[in-house]
Amino acid sequence: MEKSGFSPVGLRVLVVDDDPTWLKILEKMLKKCSYEVTTCGLAREALRLLRERKDGYDIVISDVNMPDMDGFKLLEHVGLELDLPVIMMSVDGETSRVMKGVQHGACDYLLKPIRMKELKIIWQHVLRKKLQEVRDIEGCGYEGGGDWITRYDEAHFLGGGEDVSFGKKRKDFDFEKKLLQDESDPSPSSSKKARVVWSVELHQKFVNAVNQIGCDHKAGPKKILDLMNVPWLTRENVASHLQKYRLYLSRLEKGKELKCYSGGVKNMDSSPKDAEVNSGYQSPGKSSYVFSGGNSLIQKVTEIDPKPLASASLSDPNTDVIMPPKTKKTRIGFDPPISSSSAFDSLLPWNDVPETLESKPVLYENSFLQQPPLPSQSSYVANSVPSLMEEEMKSPYETPAGGSSVNVDEFLMPQDKNPSVTLQDLDPSAISNLKLQEFSSNVTNNTEAILRSLNWEIPESHHSASLDTDLDLIWLQGERFLANTGLQFQDYSSSPSLLSELSPHLWYGNERLPDPDEYSFMVDQGLFIS
Amino acid sequence: MDALISQLQRQFRDYTISLYQQGFLDDQFTELKKLQDDGSPDFVAEVLTLFFEDCVKLISNMARALDKTTGTVDFSQVGASVHQLKGSSSSVGAKRVKALCVSFKEYCEAKNYEGCVRCLQQVDIEYKALKTKLQDMFNLEKQIIQAGGRVPQVDIN
Repeated sequence: MEKSGFSPVGLRVLVVDDDPTWLKILEKMLKKCSYEVTTCGLAREALRLLRERKDGYDIVISDVNMPDMDGFKLLEHVGLELDLPVIMMSVDGETSRVMKGVQHGACDYLLKPIRMKELKIIWQHVLRKKLQEVRDIEGCGYEGGGDWITRYDEAHFLGGGEDVSFGKKRKDFDFEKKLLQDESDPSPSSSKKARVVWSVELHQKFVNAVNQIGCDHKAGPKKILDLMNVPWLTRENVASHLQKYRLYLSRLEKGKELKCYSGGVKNMDSSPKDAEVNSGYQSPGKSSYVFSGGNSLIQKVTEIDPKPLASASLSDPNTDVIMPPKTKKTRIGFDPPISSSSAFDSLLPWNDVPETLESKPVLYENSFLQQPPLPSQSSYVANSVPSLMEEEMKSPYETPAGGSSVNVDEFLMPQDKNPSVTLQDLDPSAISNLKLQEFSSNVTNNTEAILRSLNWEIPESHHSASLDTDLDLIWLQGERFLANTGLQFQDYSSSPSLLSELSPHLWYGNERLPDPDEYSFMVDQGLFIS
Repeated sequence: MDALISQLQRQFRDYTISLYQQGFLDDQFTELKKLQDDGSPDFVAEVLTLFFEDCVKLISNMARALDKTTGTVDFSQVGASVHQLKGSSSSVGAKRVKALCVSFKEYCEAKNYEGCVRCLQQVDIEYKALKTKLQDMFNLEKQIIQAGGRVPQVDIN
């Protein structure tokens, strides 16, 4: 492994999966990669988290199948609104599914079971996206870029200073600078046309020419070229540079508009966005999330902005700019909501849906091999000493509690000590995820949100009780298929009876009724209008 | 005491290997064990608890969906739960359960009622069998520790 000075430590990952087992495992794996992990069991909760802290995450990993919202829909939302890289996951690797992922904009599709080595390199998607955005601005062929772009990128990268996320240090910036420069460096063998290095001086000439011409849509590349009076420069060079410039200006414009909306709002949601827009070219989309903390970036950017590119006199170049469609969508789609979260929320009807997440502690302590040797709560450990083991060892660790049955309710009901333990377990990570030091009043709300999101409900758990009455009758008729497990306990009341009821010799008959398709409709359409 | 520890360790190793050989577990379980560290010494047990709870929930969903007394059988609903169980079982390396889910899913897609019912029963049996086996394995671990020994790293193949 070559020494590059770049470190993905601290990458802020949001994991969305309705499977609690996978959520726990992925969290552990991602933490082992030294990432900052936030977990979420519901898609809409994930969206809420993302929107609340627009600058709060670097990458999203989401399962494809989720009960409240199709993973692809989530993918669309995230891509459209936030422009974050999204990795899809599924146990299903069918071509059509993977294709769908690609079509909806997933930057990767992972098959479960997911391995550590796959997670170790997800940071590449974050970096790639950023580089692509820079490239989009530069136009194809890396014609420009050179000093001009790199300087602003550098400013932007450096924006965070001491408070950089994604674990960036001074030396890391050198790596990225190098990365960008390498790409914009002319390589005679690969390129047919000469690459233009848009130095600051050259760019200044360009700007002067543009200003001289005045109104933007009259400033065609030919005219600019003529005015610049740079003999070796071609019309094409100017054209592509003009394109980038317009992009930059449109962002500037938006930034100015936003400045009046957001007013004196100090919270993190709007300020990074402002900063990002103000810094124009070098921070399209969500690049600020990679390299800087929010507030300090604003300061840096406003320092640098006024210098060479101060020509805000140009009219809004929106009409003429040929922006990459995705970027354009991002920008425009964002404008109204950025100003305040309430305005944003009003666009989405599903925000009216009340929080249904119960604050049910995660049942870490209710291990399926319960430790405490309470005679009344016959633990699995006690019960499960197998007969053959007993014979061999003669000194079993756990005294068997006489084959009494274990209640499934024992698992579903947290023990007293559990809530405090689990919440304590969760608190530090929740806090570190949120970078509390950056927030003022939003802290408690966000912590609660994260905690709530981690305390996923197990929706069907209450149903087993309701089935009891229905099934008791059938239980009498059914056969006990638990007999062949070889152990005394029965771990639940409802399911065995229902299952035994389904034995072929019982009264079901052979009717086949048409598939109502309701459930799939719900899954596909999502439960919300979006 | 040392003799006891060695004996327990040997039993633990043999038992663990047998679980892999009999197809109860696959290498995902190995990966799970690797994730366990000093910071989370009960990680595997916790994950397994979540998994078995999920099994109960999902199987009960499937049973309900296959219950003809409530009306028409919704095979897509059964299929959805099967898919979830497949995902869940893949997380802990529950090899047999996962394999069952594959055929179960096919029966769902074919809307084969008897096939589904059979699969449901088998899945129920299978996850419980796995649960028992794993409990035995954890028991052995505990006994080793109680005896003052260390739980050996078992190298599968």
